[in-house]
Parts: sequence; structure tokens; C-alpha cells
Amino acid sequence: MSRWSEGTQERARQIIARYPEKRSAVMPLLYLAMSEEGYLTGDGMEEVGRWCEITPAQVLSVASFYTMYKRERTGQYLVSCCTSITCMLLGGDDVLHAVEDESGVPHGETDDDGLLSVEHVECIGACGGAPAVQINYELIEGVSPEKARQLVRWLKKARPDVVNSDEMQALFGGRTSFDWGISEKSGAIGPYPAFQPLGTVGSEAAD
Amino acid sequence: MVDHPSDSHTIARYESTRGYTQGKRALGLTRDELIEEIKMSGLLGRGGAAFPAGLKWSLLAPARPSYLVVNADESEPGTFKDRQLLERDPHQMIEGIIITSIANEVHHAFVYIRGEYSKPARRVQAAVDEAYAKGYLGKGIFGSDYVLEVTVHLGGGAYICGEETAMINSLEGKRGEPRLKPPYFPAAKGLYMMPTIVSNVETVSNLPHILAMGAGEFSGLTGNADTGTFMTSLSGHVNRPGNYELAHGITWRELIYDVGGGIPDGKGLKAWIPGGASAPWFVPEEHLDLEITKDATAAAGSMLGSGAVIVMDEDTCMVKAAERVIRFFAHESCGQCTPCREGTTWLEMILRRIEEGQGRAVDLDLLVDVSDGISIGLVWPPKMTTICPLGPSAVSPIIALRDYFRDEVDSHVSNGGCPYKTQTRETSEKTSEVDRPSDKDLMPSSERGSGGRPPEVAE
Repeated sequence: MSRWSEGTQERARQIIARYPEKRSAVMPLLYLAMSEEGYLTGDGMEEVGRWCEITPAQVLSVASFYTMYKRERTGQYLVSCCTSITCMLLGGDDVLHAVEDESGVPHGETDDDGLLSVEHVECIGACGGAPAVQINYELIEGVSPEKARQLVRWLKKARPDVVNSDEMQALFGGRTSFDWGISEKSGAIGPYPAFQPLGTVGSEAAD
Repeated sequence: MVDHPSDSHTIARYESTRGYTQGKRALGLTRDELIEEIKMSGLLGRGGAAFPAGLKWSLLAPARPSYLVVNADESEPGTFKDRQLLERDPHQMIEGIIITSIANEVHHAFVYIRGEYSKPARRVQAAVDEAYAKGYLGKGIFGSDYVLEVTVHLGGGAYICGEETAMINSLEGKRGEPRLKPPYFPAAKGLYMMPTIVSNVETVSNLPHILAMGAGEFSGLTGNADTGTFMTSLSGHVNRPGNYELAHGITWRELIYDVGGGIPDGKGLKAWIPGGASAPWFVPEEHLDLEITKDATAAAGSMLGSGAVIVMDEDTCMVKAAERVIRFFAHESCGQCTPCREGTTWLEMILRRIEEGQGRAVDLDLLVDVSDGISIGLVWPPKMTTICPLGPSAVSPIIALRDYFRDEVDSHVSNGGCPYKTQTRETSEKTSEVDRPSDKDLMPSSERGSGGRPPEVAE
């Protein structure tokens, strides 16, 4: 008996089919569990264990190793400010402080409404457009402290269902690491990466 | 500069530039022919270790099935080249995957993309789907009977998974901890204990071009031992940061001042990191006119690594910069090996106390001593005390402090804190108002802006 909806179970089956061994699906299934409940719960990890045929302890050993599996209640918008070397050199710490000040949420914490979580992160590969911020892993490059404040106010007021890198870059970004080319509309609906694993193993994908 | 069309990520655009012709052609070549061509091209792995790509293929053990894992876990601070390749040219990589797979009899390849790269991952997945729809991937590629499945896998935010054996553990659904080599060389006991090729995005992306132009022309792109072009991610205090594809052999001066447009506000250059956060730092008076080649960089005690160049101007606090680089390694240490787990954490704490004014006169010697416990003798390439190179890489900033910036560490101790004091929590929003230190607080004025050499170098 799965606690997941039939649609989620179907996605779990598709994900598992992409790997030669079930256990290899544990990482995408952990994201799937997060998308079900907003963060990774004990129940979610147990469910992942059943699908991958490993114990809850084995699932926890994986989940606890990686920073992106949030095992505590996380806001609808996860604000990740890069303070690694290049972003630090170009004012990333000031951007983090502006986000903390405007949101009232210190890094590592979530507000009482469950709207915003703030964290500082290590390099997110946006050094050419430093300093950089991600909202639910949707990137914005060339962010100033003032733009960061506007970004926080926008999230609180507009509360978009989907956050999208290209849209936020246009509103709050500056210099980019490279020309982004054509913009796209898909984006994140929660504090986990907006990547819907589709079945690419098997011939049905080619039809 | 080459024009980069805004729709370069689509299969239509890629095919309009003769894309996928070499992938199809590879089907008619033997494993030996393909290995020979890549060996002759001199292509070196672009992930950081610069291992010859053709040699890697030739070392693959005969057991089957074999696997290919494309390393798109780009996380080395300063590096953002693979992000561009994934986001803007995913089909180039997929064609490289096809070539690598055919050469190594691989029927299931994985693209391991770092979790924070959600947009690049979407682009790659869309490109993979396009290639399946065209019959370039899947069962019977290009009308042959060759089966090639590609799975796009998202990481979970752990730098260490960029280490090939950690990546394999991670793909198997385990903690991303590196495995001991020997016995777990991927070429023999890799993914699911089967022979596995792990290759960087840029390495794989080079392959269609090598087959198209021929190994001879590719290797002739430069006049030195480092063949072909390389991607460099230039960032920090430069006027024109960005990714640049360059021929090996230009000098650091040309890269920073001509390509990068020099230092903003006409400031002096203090130091730069030549090959990602793992690489020992360079300073202008010793290294500015060196050629950017693997051998010249190694002879000077550093490496080109991931191709990331981080430039720091004369007003950069070296203690703070060192703390930020080492904090990264302390955070990303997987914790298996004591020298790395404990050593990086102590280095970070000692540097922070120096930065915050709690430093002691012996602290630099202490930093060197702790570093010696992680990387014996602080030599480059490092002597390993650990399963993987993460820990030994973390001491690179300490080598710079010891050799070039001893005075600056001392001034932190004697001043009771950072003489630059720019971006600490205590100063909050008023950071830009804080007075800069006068020259005499730091080092002789004659040396300011040119790297600030200390009078002597500790052993």
C-alpha cells in the first residue's frame, strides 16, 4: 500500500525503469517524496525505501548525505544565496544580509508562515554573473543587495505558483555568466529542482 | 568570437551545422580505430585531472556490460563552463556520448548533473528526448541495431560526487563517498562493479569536432603539447568575466588583461586561482607571463584543473579569501578520512579567528602544520593521505598565505582583526563605509598592488 497518489506512483515506476537497478532510483525518488509533502518526512523516506527495496536506514543514510534533501519543514520559496569565493569577492555576503534583513529570516531558517526559507550555499556555478541567488534552484545572476530586497518583497506579495529563472533574471538580475539564449517558461513549484524525470529508457520514448 | 545562435540547444539548429554526422559515422568505425583517433588528438580530460581521453578508453576492462557516466556535477568554485555547454549545446554532448559509447561498447549512458542545475538538466532532458524521437538514441540508433539508452540523473548537492568513484556510488543509490583505488578503478570495477568510463561534459563535447576535423588538425590548434582548445571560466575582479574557449599557450597576462579586460577601477592584481578552488594560487610578479599549459602550470606548482580562473584585486583580504575557499572544502568533505574531515574544519576555524581578530602569532605556523597533516610537505601535486584529492586540495590557500602573504596574516594578528574589514556580519549594510587600511598597516607601499611579497619564504 503506497501513501502516494496513483499519478505519483506512476512517475515512480517511470523513474525506476530508467535505471538498471532499483536502488539507483533513490535520489530522484527522494525529490519525488519532497514534491509530495513539501519536504522530506520520515514517512516519505520509508516510502522511497519500499520502492527501491532498501531499508529506511539506508534511505536516511543517502538523504542525510546531500544538502538538497530538506528533512525539516521548508518554505514554499527556498532562497539560496551564494557566498562562495567569487560571489564573496563581488558582494555575495551583502546580498545574503539584505535577504535576511528584508525577510526577517536568518540563514538556515524558515519563517512562521512557511513561505520563505533562507540559506547560504557554496558555489552554484554562476561565477561569471556573481553574486548569484537561486529561488527553488531557479537561478538569478548579477544580484545587488537592493535587487535582492525587491526579490524578497516580490515573493511575499506576488506569491507566484511557478518561479522561473528567465522571468526572475529579467526582474531582479544583472550581468550573466553567458548569453542565456531563448527564454523558457517552465520552472519550480516548490523547494526542489524543477526537473520532471521522464521515461527515456525503453522504446516508448522514441515513438 | 563565434556567433552563438539563441536556439543552439535545439536539434534543428544543431543538425543545421552538420550535427550528428560524426555520431552516425562512428558506427562504421571499430573500437580500435576510434581509440587511435582520440589518442592521436591528444585530448586531455577537462574535468580537472587532465587524464588522456584515448588512454582512458583503452584501459577499459573487457567485461560487459560497460557503462558511460558523463560528469556534469560541475561544482568546483569558479567553474561554470559545463553549465553553458549543457544549457546552450546539449546535442554536442549527446553526440559525444554516442561516439564514446560506440567506442566502448556502452549501451546505457548516464548524465550526472548537479542538482542545483535544474534549468541545464531540463535542457539536456529535452535534447535527449529530441534525439530519441529522431532515432539517434534508443533501440537501433541511426537505423542500425545498436542500442543506446541515456538516463539524465540529478545530483543532491554534494561537490564530492564530482569525484568519479563517489559519482558511481551516488548513481548506485548510496552515499557519495569516494572508493579506494585500487581496487575500484572505474575502468575495471565501476558502476555496478562493471567497466565504466567517467568523462567530463567538455571532454565528451570535444569528440564530434575531433572526428570531424581529424586528430591531426585538432592537435595542431596549438603549437604546444596541450592540444586543442580549452574552456576557461574567468571570474572575480575582472572587467569581462565569462566563459572563453581558448587555445592553450596564451599567457596569464593575456588572459586577465586582454581577454578579461583587466581589473575594475584600474586596481592592481594581487593574486589569482589558476584552475579552480583546488589549485594553488598564483601571484603577478612570479606567474603573470607564464604560458597557460599543463606543464608550465605544473612546473610552477599549480594546475589548470577545471579551467576556472578567479581573479583577486589589490584590496582583497587574503585571509578572508583563504577562509572562503577552505570553508568550501570543509563543508564538502564527505567525512570518511580523518585528515580531511578534521583538518579542513580546523583550518576554517583558525582562519576565521585570525580574520575576526582572535588570531595568535603562531597561527600561520599552526595552519601550515595542520595542512601538513592533510597533504604531507604541502607539495603539488599533493602526497595523498586520503582516499580522494579533496582534502589535499583544501590546503592550496595555505600555501599561498605561507609563501606570499605572511605579512598580511601577521597584520591581522597585530591589528587585532582584518585591516580590510569589508564584508563581515558585524558591519552589515555599512560595509562600504569602512575605512580601508593604510599601506603601512599592511606591507611596504612599494609592494602594494603587485602582490605584496613577504621578505622571506618559510620552508
